[in-house]
Amino acid sequence: MSTSVVADGPVESYVAAFDQLTSDASTPSWVQSMRRAAFERFASLGFPTTKNEDWHFTSVAPIADQEFVLLASKSGDVRREELEPFTFGARWDTMVFVNGRFAPELADCAKLPAGVKVWDLASAWTKAPSVVDMIGKIASYDNASFTALNTAFMHDGAVIQIAKDTQLDRPIHVLYVTDATAAKGMMHPRNLIVIGRNSKATVIESYVSTTNAMYLTNTVTEVSVAEGATLNHFTMQREAERSFHVGTVEVAQARDSHYVSFSLATGAALSRSNIYTTLDGEGSGATLNGLYMIEGEQHSDHQTQVIHSQPNTFSRELYKGVLDGRSHGVFNGKVYVHPIAQKTDGKQTNKTLLLSDTAQVDTKPQLEIFADDVKCTHGATIGQIDATALFYLKSRGIENGLARRLLTYAFAADVLETIEVDEIRQSLERMSLERFV
Amino acid sequence: MPLIEIKGLRANVGDKEILKGLDLTVNAGEIHAVMGPNGSGKSTLAQVLAGNPAYEVTGGSVTYDGQNLLEMEPEVRAQSGIFLAFQYPVEIPGVSNAYFLRAAYNEKLKAQGKEEVDPLEFADLMDAKLAMVEMDSAMLTRSVNTGFSGGEKKRNEILQMAVLEPRLAILDETDSGLDIDALRIVADGVNKLKRPDNATIVVTHYQRLLNYIVPDFVHVLANGRILKSGGKELALELEDKGYDWVTSPATAGAA
Ligand SMILES: Nc1ncnc2c1ncn2[C@@H]1O[C@H](COP(=O)(O)OP(=O)(O)OP(=O)(O)O)[C@@H](O)[C@H]1O
Ligand SMILES: [Mg+2]
Repeated sequence: MSTSVVADGPVESYVAAFDQLTSDASTPSWVQSMRRAAFERFASLGFPTTKNEDWHFTSVAPIADQEFVLLASKSGDVRREELEPFTFGARWDTMVFVNGRFAPELADCAKLPAGVKVWDLASAWTKAPSVVDMIGKIASYDNASFTALNTAFMHDGAVIQIAKDTQLDRPIHVLYVTDATAAKGMMHPRNLIVIGRNSKATVIESYVSTTNAMYLTNTVTEVSVAEGATLNHFTMQREAERSFHVGTVEVAQARDSHYVSFSLATGAALSRSNIYTTLDGEGSGATLNGLYMIEGEQHSDHQTQVIHSQPNTFSRELYKGVLDGRSHGVFNGKVYVHPIAQKTDGKQTNKTLLLSDTAQVDTKPQLEIFADDVKCTHGATIGQIDATALFYLKSRGIENGLARRLLTYAFAADVLETIEVDEIRQSLERMSLERFV
Repeated sequence: MPLIEIKGLRANVGDKEILKGLDLTVNAGEIHAVMGPNGSGKSTLAQVLAGNPAYEVTGGSVTYDGQNLLEMEPEVRAQSGIFLAFQYPVEIPGVSNAYFLRAAYNEKLKAQGKEEVDPLEFADLMDAKLAMVEMDSAMLTRSVNTGFSGGEKKRNEILQMAVLEPRLAILDETDSGLDIDALRIVADGVNKLKRPDNATIVVTHYQRLLNYIVPDFVHVLANGRILKSGGKELALELEDKGYDWVTSPATAGAA
């Protein structure tokens, strides 16, 4: 690890940080080489431009133009009470990360149910080598700059392993929080969730802030769902308003498994969420739902990708966007059906509610189907508050603001109804009712 | 002072004139029936009084309780005691009937400077109201009017009226689509809500309803104006002779 990677342009500023990180000898050498290869890949890919089809509607220039400081060591000072707004009023097993680093003093995961093991990535390299062995095997960085960047800088995150035949009755919460010391910093959390055969679990990833600082979160979560298993996975992006968030979830699904994702995006100035899954076993299915609610100058982009690579697989997608102010919402849903994936059953819906005349929406379904006996549909609608419904509410004395908020809430209602965790559903219902005042 | 005084009211939908100089005065304690052919402008009148921005008022005046009604926002009209039971109640999927009713009720309390009620207090209050319209409390947990049968929607309108206790209720064909039992229930509800200081305008096609809700006055609205007014016997006469009797120029001239 002696020579620096040669890089220029926006990528150059990452070289020093990378050199600093790789001098840390506590990580195994295979990780060191993976990081290095990933960094080289990042250096040659650079940041994506809007010429890249996957980034057509989202310019990451605001990220590329910054010089972020790597938040490598522990920082920040977050008190337990400050986490309260983000815990959904529940007492779940919780791993807390402050400014990207594990904060065991805030965590609440000492007494885990049988069959559940969790580690912070920094210690998992040595404590759970056979588990972390999976890192890098699900999320590919070959054509993904941000995943390459994450892989180059990965050094902390949550590693969760659920043994086979384990049914969890309460969620595990992975809570990433930033505070003011994150200003101008970057963190690259790397998570791994492994669900054993015939098990069922709920994992919530939250990205929240107690500050309005400008920083970058570039997170990657790799998920493996074994045969017959179900993962209910929430990614809740409620970052600070001036921050940047790029989140990638990549899932590998075995036979008869079910991956259920709910992605929320309300925070950050610029955010991109990628949810990618590969249905690599017959009878497996994915349910990908999401809600983004943005305003002001916010930009929120969701890209989903479902690869149906085996027969008799299904996917269901419902994404809803509420856009106010001059915000810009993007949804790009990719569905890829392999030639052998007969009897694929796919349905994708994206609906946008525009609360202002200046908000902007881009929605792009992208279906590539190479099997002939499949059922794949997609639909997108863009609408405004219904004038008749608005008048009906007002004619009962409900003032304009509340009437509009009620109709916004009503718009989000059907996707929120899919949430099985009561505390989350109720919290998001409140949020959808109160967000646009 | 009349509760509401409508003078020379003109209103358009798009660029089509529907109301063409309509006069109507209603005093507190009175029940007025408005009848008239399809498309004559009855619902337009009702919607204009409730403040639907889809209808453009082009002339005339409406004074409600001494105030210029046409300058008031729809929600303020409602808070001031105007209630319209819609001919076609609107479905609002995703908003529960209970939440909707409580929000409406609280807005009224707030406008009166009173303290708002919480869900528990409101539930207590609802028991009597539900009983009045013989509605099952299960209807409260469902989305507003969503998937309700025609009759259930109409009953839900009367439930809202019972909760809001308006000073001027305008019932736009609340009887249409109701079976005979529901008609009686709705009519009973309206009669129970009648007080010396409030008034009701009943828009209907059928004399049948007026057997239950007995009007003090009956008006015929045709061609965008009130062409004839009379007592409750006018409704019987209309049922017998049809509207032509009022609207055809020969008889109108003779009247
Ligand atoms: N949104 C609209 N766009 C165009 N025309 C309309 C609209 N609403 C009402 N109209 C027209 O205005 C006229 C009056 O309609 P209105 O609904 O007031 O009649 P009505 O007397 O209530 O009839 P009915 O007895 O059938 O309920 C009709 O010719 C109708 O077609
Ligand atoms: Mg009508």
